[in-house]
Amino acid sequence: MEAAVDIVLLSFLCVTVIVIVYIRKLFCAIMLLGIFSLLSASLFITMDAVDVAFTEAAVGTGISSILLLSALSLTHTRERRPSHQPYLALLVVAVTGAVLVYGTMDLPPFGDPDSAIHRHMAVRFIVDSPQEVGPPNVVTSVLASYRGYDTLGEATVIFTAGIALVGLLGFSRRKEFKVRLGGVLPDTTPVAVQVLDASNAPSTDHLVLRIVGKMFIPLIMLFALYVQFHGDYGPGGGFQAGVIFASAIMLYAMIFNVEKAMLVVTPTALRLLAVLGLMLYGGVGVLCMFLGGNFLDYNVLAHEPLHGQHLGIFLIELGVGITVFAIMVTMFYALGNRKGGSA
Amino acid sequence: MMDFCLLDILTALLLTVGCFLGISGGVGLYRLPDFFTRQHATGVTDSVCSFAILFALMLQAGFTLVSVKLCFVLVFLIVTSTTATHALAKTALKKGIRPLLGREDKR
Repeated sequence: MEAAVDIVLLSFLCVTVIVIVYIRKLFCAIMLLGIFSLLSASLFITMDAVDVAFTEAAVGTGISSILLLSALSLTHTRERRPSHQPYLALLVVAVTGAVLVYGTMDLPPFGDPDSAIHRHMAVRFIVDSPQEVGPPNVVTSVLASYRGYDTLGEATVIFTAGIALVGLLGFSRRKEFKVRLGGVLPDTTPVAVQVLDASNAPSTDHLVLRIVGKMFIPLIMLFALYVQFHGDYGPGGGFQAGVIFASAIMLYAMIFNVEKAMLVVTPTALRLLAVLGLMLYGGVGVLCMFLGGNFLDYNVLAHEPLHGQHLGIFLIELGVGITVFAIMVTMFYALGNRKGGSA
Repeated sequence: MMDFCLLDILTALLLTVGCFLGISGGVGLYRLPDFFTRQHATGVTDSVCSFAILFALMLQAGFTLVSVKLCFVLVFLIVTSTTATHALAKTALKKGIRPLLGREDKR
């Protein structure tokens, strides 16, 4: 039965990928990318990887679709035909793919109980993590404690991506000044409508949308906080929580407009928050060193090692959440504000 | 024993209805002539189909925390999917897409 589900999902995935490659309408491609993420999330669910599926659903289906749609407002909606036939690229990709497939032949079979990872790592994580780290959700202990360096790297990658995007697009300074003074620009339109509607109708008459948005934005934020602080016990954590919290702000920006959202969460505050989150993460690591442990060794943070682990995981997850939230909203502002500036 | 069977029958019935509506929504999206009729098809999938399936799952879960979570999902879906359908239709109307309204001339 499970095999049948896997086969159906994987064939859907293949069809989606082929259509994404061939389709020229970028809007459809973005929607298909969202479907692709949702399908992979379902695949992760069938593998019982709930945390990964949650991340994929929140990031791949939710935030990336919104960010790509806002990026679409800066470009054309159709992809141009390439001027040359990319045979060389095809060759490179084919050779790389063949090498990778050849490399997988040395891997142990999927789910092989005798493979190295199931004999050493998985046993340690599953058996010892309740005594060593504490949280009932083993994924959280692996991600935040055993593999704290990797997570720090991931948070830094997101931070760098955000900085790069702001560096490329930037906020126009004059406009920011106006926003800071409280002057709301008259001809500003939300990005969703800009994308869907070329005639740029203002959204002020979408009464139902506004009321429902006002009803649900606090609930979305509450859910984000639940995901953030419940990550020790169930699926969830900083990445998902940051993305969900950012989506609440983006929803506000799309229903009302970007400038009003900028009054609530100012770009300056976002930049500070992004840095603060990453500094919190790194700072916990450095603090551990000052207290006599290794970098990101939370045992020394409190009198008992388990309490120290709990505190450390709580703090670094908070740091990740803050950074992800700030960077996502910053990217959305950078993409959404650009259009308002040039129109 | 008896009510257990009744629950199972109800669940199967609701799941069948949900699956039928889901498939008919997909077919409708593919076959119907203009934007608004297509949206009607997806609207049915979004609302009644998912409600039926969620109710079926709630019947199977009984009075547990899972049921409460499913209930939250249900409330969220009731409000958001109907709002999305409404917003899309309104935007389309404003943009100048008119329903076919029984005219013979096809696009």
